Amino acid sequence: MIEIRPQIRSALSDSQLQKNLRVTLGKTATARQQVIAEVANWEELRRHAHQVKAHTISRLGEYLQQLEKNVMAQGGNVVWADAGREALDYIFQLALKKDIRKVVKSKSMLGEEIRLNEELERNGIEPIETDLGEYIVQLGHEHPSHIVMPALHKSKEQVAALFVEKLGMTPTDDCEKITATARRTLRQHFLSARMGITGVNFGIAETGTIVVVENEGNARLSVSVPEVHVAIMGLEKVIPRAADLSVFLKLLTRNATAQKISTYVNLINGNRRPGELDGPSEFHLVLVDNGRTRILADEFLRQTLYCIRCGACLDVCPVYQTIGGHAYHSTYQGPIGAILTPQLLSVEEAPEHPFASSLCGACYEICPVKIEIPHILLKLREKVQDQKSARASRLPLERWGLQAWSWIMTSPGRYAVTNRIARTLARMFARKGRNRMPPLSAWTKSRELPELAPKTFRELFKEEGRES
Amino acid sequence: MRVSLFVTCLVDQLYPQVGLSAVKVLRKLGVSVDFDRRQTCCGQPAFNTGYADEARHVARYMLALYGDGDQPIVVPSGSCAAMIKVFAPGLWPEGSPERKSAERLAARTYEFSDFIVSVLGCERTGARFSETVTYHDSCHLLRELHISEQPRKLIRRVDGIDFREMENSTRCCGFGGTFAVKFADISSAMGEEKIRWIQGSGARYVVGNDVSCLMHLDGLLRRQSIPVKTLHLAELLAKFDD
Repeated sequence: MIEIRPQIRSALSDSQLQKNLRVTLGKTATARQQVIAEVANWEELRRHAHQVKAHTISRLGEYLQQLEKNVMAQGGNVVWADAGREALDYIFQLALKKDIRKVVKSKSMLGEEIRLNEELERNGIEPIETDLGEYIVQLGHEHPSHIVMPALHKSKEQVAALFVEKLGMTPTDDCEKITATARRTLRQHFLSARMGITGVNFGIAETGTIVVVENEGNARLSVSVPEVHVAIMGLEKVIPRAADLSVFLKLLTRNATAQKISTYVNLINGNRRPGELDGPSEFHLVLVDNGRTRILADEFLRQTLYCIRCGACLDVCPVYQTIGGHAYHSTYQGPIGAILTPQLLSVEEAPEHPFASSLCGACYEICPVKIEIPHILLKLREKVQDQKSARASRLPLERWGLQAWSWIMTSPGRYAVTNRIARTLARMFARKGRNRMPPLSAWTKSRELPELAPKTFRELFKEEGRES
Repeated sequence: MRVSLFVTCLVDQLYPQVGLSAVKVLRKLGVSVDFDRRQTCCGQPAFNTGYADEARHVARYMLALYGDGDQPIVVPSGSCAAMIKVFAPGLWPEGSPERKSAERLAARTYEFSDFIVSVLGCERTGARFSETVTYHDSCHLLRELHISEQPRKLIRRVDGIDFREMENSTRCCGFGGTFAVKFADISSAMGEEKIRWIQGSGARYVVGNDVSCLMHLDGLLRRQSIPVKTLHLAELLAKFDD
């Protein structure tokens, strides 16, 4: 079971993390507002993207088959993996067959989801993350704390210290020197690795094109220098037509990194053809399910699969802003993580995730494909409670409490009696100074209790509220 | 016009002056106010915690109580109004009698500020308050009911008021219902952040439309002895001589 609670205190007391979150997320928010404001029909684009996604997800099998056909027609190989394990096994076998011992990787959340790096290492293959943020995280033996900005939790100084330790860099706080160090090291890896693994932002069914959006050129090097390119793609990343890409790109880069367009947008149509100068001799597309078709089963919840991983919901989420990404203990963090994790795994595995939200709705407001995250959270909370009652491994105190509450709230008599008892108890507790003991301490640790009004509204209305 | 006031459980139990102020303001504007003494709660605490059966039980009681009358129901809370207007109908399958009844109830339920501005077409209640005031957008009011201009119009028309928008007025205060106790540390940290924005505005009063948010903020403010007071919009609008 994944828990969030144990991490909260340390996240809140980590002043460096708090500072990093504030600075980075603050900058992104301002910049994003500006680039979004430039697009006059932004809301229309969101609605359109939502519709395209809804349509695609409702005919997912069809479009995936079309994608498969068109990728294969261009000389690529397509593999379907029900579980992460199958995808991993395919990659290992491929590497083994060619005696490949080192892999360069561009950023892929799916790679994180199936624990690609750990598994490659276990099988004697060295994975090198080539996205700067991912590389920092890999060097520090950490996991990404944000789906777009993986090393968001680290400051420039922390990165410099890491590079001094791991790469022998001469101490400096000059960003250019720090990135140049990474660049020099990574160049050597690009030249010596014989397999490149990338994620996929969009797979265009109509043309068999794989789209990889990036800013550092590392994905382009990963797909052009090594002899084998393996792209791993979640089933939901397929889009029907090339024309749809323009809408999604506009939404993705503006929302993710506040850019009108990212520095590189790679459109990859299979492997190198005869007469072409570069590109891999083999291209493999691994289509990974890993729990996605299960999400598809529920007509309301399936919109979770519309996500294009822009990460904007994390940036605007006051909970994420407060605790950062690592506290979620899951591949996907923030609001999208809170709805994706319990569905990709199970509500038993991640029962806290749907509750770690104030349901403020800022995520839905920013979501480029209009996923109703707060309403999905509510639905998942219901699933968690149902599953808890079915299991009943411990006393269902909360359910009993709310059952009693609903019994009280459906009768004016019971409401009045309970009200009198509660008031007497509250006065007693206040007098004995027990306000700061459990269960009240959950409130009173940091907040005063409201002062008890001498009379309720209904009493006062009866006395003085009557129409004069 | 005659309306029925759904006062909400928190106002009834903890903030009766908010209910009385709402009555006072509505009457000043020429509206007769009924209060059905059998009312209890909208069902939100159970609903937001994932207890759909219990929420349905309470919501069904609400439906029985307000039945299929045609009197507008006015609620001095964004989140309780959202429960009735947005969420309650979804507790029953489409086409069911309860769903239809809940939808009719939803259609004649109004949040307090929205009722005054959008239905009564009024922005000025004659209130006078010579103080610095800022406004907190509560999340359900803003993002479920899309109400943000109505309360501001009303605040601006209070005589003598010095209204100062805070930065990030739309940022959640961290209350979030049972979230406030299930994740108390995050909730409080969010509240403290909100308080920094409130203080940044220089206002001495923070006005909101939900006593739940205000209870949370007031609890933090008092614990930290910060001289900022919370005020429900109804209380502000009722600051006129009888």
